Parts: sequence; C-alpha cells; structure tokens
Amino acid sequence: MVWNSFSDFLAMGGYGLYVWGSVGATALLMMLEPIIIARRNSALTTQLQRQFRAERNQHTQRRSPA
Amino acid sequence: MNNRLLNWFKFASPQSFFPLAGKMIPGFWALAVIFGVAGLYLGFFVAPTDAQQGEGYRIIFLHVPAAWMSMFIYLVMAFWAAIGLIYKTRLSGMMASALAPTGAMFTFLALWTGAFWGKPMWGAWWVWDARLTSELILFFLYIGFIALQAAIDDPRRADKAGAILALVGVVNIPIIYFSVKWWNTLHQGASVSLTKAPSMAQTMLLAMLLCALAFWMYSVAVALMRVRGIILERERNSEWVKQQVTMAAAGR
Amino acid sequence: MKARQQRIALIVGGLAVLGIAAALVLNAFQSNLVFFFSPTQVASGEAPKDRVFRIGGMVKEGSLTREADGVTMRFVVTDTAREMTVNYKGILPDLFKEGKGVVAQGKLGAGDVFVASEVLAKHDENYMPPEAAKALDDAGSRAVNEKASHSLKQ
Repeated sequence: MVWNSFSDFLAMGGYGLYVWGSVGATALLMMLEPIIIARRNSALTTQLQRQFRAERNQHTQRRSPA
Repeated sequence: MNNRLLNWFKFASPQSFFPLAGKMIPGFWALAVIFGVAGLYLGFFVAPTDAQQGEGYRIIFLHVPAAWMSMFIYLVMAFWAAIGLIYKTRLSGMMASALAPTGAMFTFLALWTGAFWGKPMWGAWWVWDARLTSELILFFLYIGFIALQAAIDDPRRADKAGAILALVGVVNIPIIYFSVKWWNTLHQGASVSLTKAPSMAQTMLLAMLLCALAFWMYSVAVALMRVRGIILERERNSEWVKQQVTMAAAGR
Repeated sequence: MKARQQRIALIVGGLAVLGIAAALVLNAFQSNLVFFFSPTQVASGEAPKDRVFRIGGMVKEGSLTREADGVTMRFVVTDTAREMTVNYKGILPDLFKEGKGVVAQGKLGAGDVFVASEVLAKHDENYMPPEAAKALDDAGSRAVNEKASHSLKQ
C-alpha cells in the first residue's frame, strides 16, 4: 500500500484533479455504454414482441370468420 | 478441412451467432471485471510513485489501455469490413458496425485522459503534435463511419460504404503508432513495444497490462451485446427472429 | 419527405466531418509534423525566420536564472551540439527541470535570444520509483547523459 491516509489517496500528490478527472470520465462512459445498449436491446425486443403479437392477432381475426 | 469450413460458416450466420454471442457475453464481463479490479488495485494501491511525475503518472493505467484499444478496435473493425466486402457475409458488416461506437468511445477517452495528463506534466491540455493530431483524426474516422452508415437506409449499401471508409482510414493507424518515432513530437516514445524491453518498473507494467486486458474483454462483451441488437434489427422479418423473440417473451 | 431530409442532413454532416478531418490532416502534414526544431536546426537556418516556431532540447544544467524583474526566466536549451538562450515570462510547468527535455514556442529576438510565449516540458517514456531513479543517477553521469540524449532523439 502506497498511501498513508484516505485524504492522501484523494490528493494524488497534488494531481487529484487530473487523476480523478481521468478516472471519472472513463468510469462514467464505460458504465453508461453497456447500460445504453442493454436498454436499447430490450426496447427492441419488446417492440418486436408487440409487433409479432399484433400480426398473429390479425391472422387469427382474419381466419376466424371464415 | 471441408468440415471445419462448414462449421465456421455455420457460426458466420446471424441466426446461429445470436445465441452463441448471448452465451459468451457473461464470460467476457467476468473476465473484464477480474482483470479490471486486479489492474486498478495494482495501479492505484501497489505501484510505486514515479520519479519524474509523482502520482500524476497513474493516469497511464487508463490512458494507454484506452489508446491501445482505440487503434486495435479500428483494425478489427476494418478487418470485418474487408471480410464483408470480399465474401459478402452478412455478419461481418454487423460486427464492424457494432465495434465502431466502442472504438470511438475509447478514442475519446484516450484524448480526454491525455489532456488531463498533458496539462500538469507538459503544461498544455492540447498541442498539435503528430501523435495527438493523428489520434484526433482517428476519432473523426470513427464518427464519419458511424454517420455514413446511419445516412444510408439499405444495410448492404451502408455496410459497403462504411467498409470503404474504414479501409481507407487504416492508413492512419501506423501513422498514430509510429508518429513519435518518425517526427519530433511532444508526446514521449512508447514505453512498451514488441521490439525493446519495457522502460517501466515491473508493478507499473503489470498493472497497465491488466487494465489493457480488462478494456479488451470489456470491448468484446460490449460489441457482442451491440451486435445482438443489430442482428435482431436487421433480421426482424425472418422466421427465426420471430421464434426467438416469442420464446423470450414466454420465458419472461 | 422527412426521412429524405434526415438522410440529406446526415450526409451533409458526414461530409462536414470528413472535410474537417481532411483539413486537419493537410494542416498537420504541412507544418505541424515537425513539432519542434533543435538548436542545431535553428543554427543551420531550417527553422522559419519571421514566424512563430518551437525549439526543443534539454535545459542545460545550471543555466536557469531569473531576471531582475522577478518574472522573466532565462535558460539555455541544448541538443549537446548547439545551444540557444531562451527568455520566458510566465509560469514553468511542473516537470520543467535542468537536465530534462523542454519545448518552447516563440520567435527569435535580438541577439539570437529565443523569446518564448509558451514553455512545455517534454518527459521521457521511462517510469520508475524514485529509488530506482536515484540508483541510476548514482551509476554515473555518463550513463545518465547517454540516456538523456537517447530520450531526446525519440
């Protein structure tokens, strides 16, 4: 362990702004990206499910009177 | 030989790759987390202070992996684009499209962390030296690729146009990599390369390599997630997607 | 109609991005690929005469002095063959040290003194703990000089 205290760790020898500015941006983007993709994928799946269900209902409706 | 070729082509079809990718994603996430935790722990708690740059050098554990991935992803993207162009395999173009946003993100992060490193050490957020300029051009290449594909409605034509742009842009990769050798740059030379012993203390080097592995595994996981979305979108009119999606609905 | 307009906008946007990229490439290839000139290159007339340019090299040991006004710094940049005196009014970056790399942007002034408007520190690609650096230093100034000139070349 190279740090004597937590505030030492935060200060990064006076480079805190630069080190944490880099870490923060990297962490933010690398967490956001998978979340955005997962959301978009599940939204697409739901949309397709709805579409297919509607199509099937149309089919059965068309068929049933005959 | 014939059999192996057949196997390869089997997984090259979106229909069989979709579930395969789904199975691989958790594994790559696990690897990314393991390597990431180990690399960050070594880098931020074990690696010693640097003689020149004090604690500020620790940005290297994010900057170098991001910069490596920005170039590597571009090469992989161009590879898939070329395969798609030559063999007209549908999945290749989808892979290229799935990689571009992640490559653009890592290019942005390389530039961002570089700025946050350059300011305290060099005395400037940004300079127009060959390394920085060529990396910025890489960012524009990714953005151009994404915009071009978004502008064309027909996926096959979009793949083709994107592939040509991606392949032309490959020239930029050796320019980025060798810029610090070919020209006088403010950016320092490579600390780690295939042709010479690394000029870094061992713990620092190990931490950096672990972080690079973590970024690599992350990229694979994220690209696989994205390619699954692209497959669903492009094959939405096919029977297997209908089955797949209805099955997923029943499972829920 | 709307989809078509969107497509046109995207194509225009894409072209604009490519245009900017091309402009950057041309600009970079034209003048900025040589980020700095060494004192030897300046002496042989390779550097532009009336334009702002950058010189790079090592800060000569023991050459850093502060002028009487208290804000102007004066130091000598060397590439081990030629030397050049630099005047600079401002704050030097953290890594600015005698015996280390430096890049200064400015113009040649009277008496071949380089008047800098910006000073950047150029560090090498070596990362090691302070103890290791000290051990290397103690191993003799010859090795250090060799390493320094090596890192300058890169």
